[in-house]
Amino acid sequence: MNRLMEFIAGLLFGIGLLLSGLTDPGKVTAFLDVAGAWDPSLALVMAGAIAVGFFAFAAARRRTTSYLGGAMQLPASDDIDSRVLIGSLVFGVGWGLVGFCPGPAVVATGAGHWQALVFTLAMLGGMAVHELGARPAPGELVQE
Amino acid sequence: MTIDWNHFTPWSSLAGGLLLGLATALFLLLNGRVLGISGILGGLVRPRAGDIGWRLAFVAGLLVAPTLWHLFAQPTPFRFEAGWAVLVSAGLLVGWGTRHASGCTSGHGVCGLSRLSPRSLVATLTFMLTGFATVFLVRHVFA
Repeated sequence: MNRLMEFIAGLLFGIGLLLSGLTDPGKVTAFLDVAGAWDPSLALVMAGAIAVGFFAFAAARRRTTSYLGGAMQLPASDDIDSRVLIGSLVFGVGWGLVGFCPGPAVVATGAGHWQALVFTLAMLGGMAVHELGARPAPGELVQE
Repeated sequence: MTIDWNHFTPWSSLAGGLLLGLATALFLLLNGRVLGISGILGGLVRPRAGDIGWRLAFVAGLLVAPTLWHLFAQPTPFRFEAGWAVLVSAGLLVGWGTRHASGCTSGHGVCGLSRLSPRSLVATLTFMLTGFATVFLVRHVFA
């Protein structure tokens, strides 16, 4: 039952990414190109997602277990450290270079785009490289 | 700044965002977990017993989504410019960076901002700024 729920959540998330335009790298780079012909659409994606997410997290904070009975696993740390700065800085460079972030890359792979597959494999490689030198991250409990 | 009205898709982007929020809410309230793609994928790179099935189920949903979409609608646009070297480098940077920061556009950008986390706000502003700067350098300085 849980596996079905997770599959459906992935399916919904993937449909949301397709509908929003985030699976088109050209649209993402057009959003990031404020000095060119700017496409502000993706700001609305964030606004829509946060409008719903805000209430979901407000509800989650009042619970210790999820509705299916597992533990509510909210991030343990909200500290601003060098890791979150350096990691996000590096992520942003990669994001700007091609217009893929992790979710859309996986969905576009499912749509059969070879560039997305190559990107996803390289991304998993980058994650593996990080694992090699990893110490436990702040908030490792949460799968952010 | 000039706005590209021809490609501006306010309604579908807003609706897509609401769906992302809905998937995030479902995952959080039913499963008790923050929906962060880089974290979910990262846990598959270093698999631990009993912690794999739910990740695979979620990723399978992502991969199947386009097939479901194509049953009802035309394929979505896909514009891509980068060459091989840039593509692979960008993948490595995104993989390493999102794991180092413990989150990406979903974990920090959607979930983190939804729960008003200062750490996620800093993360989101940082990757947005370096994203803007990178596109500016690629398109307007080194082009």
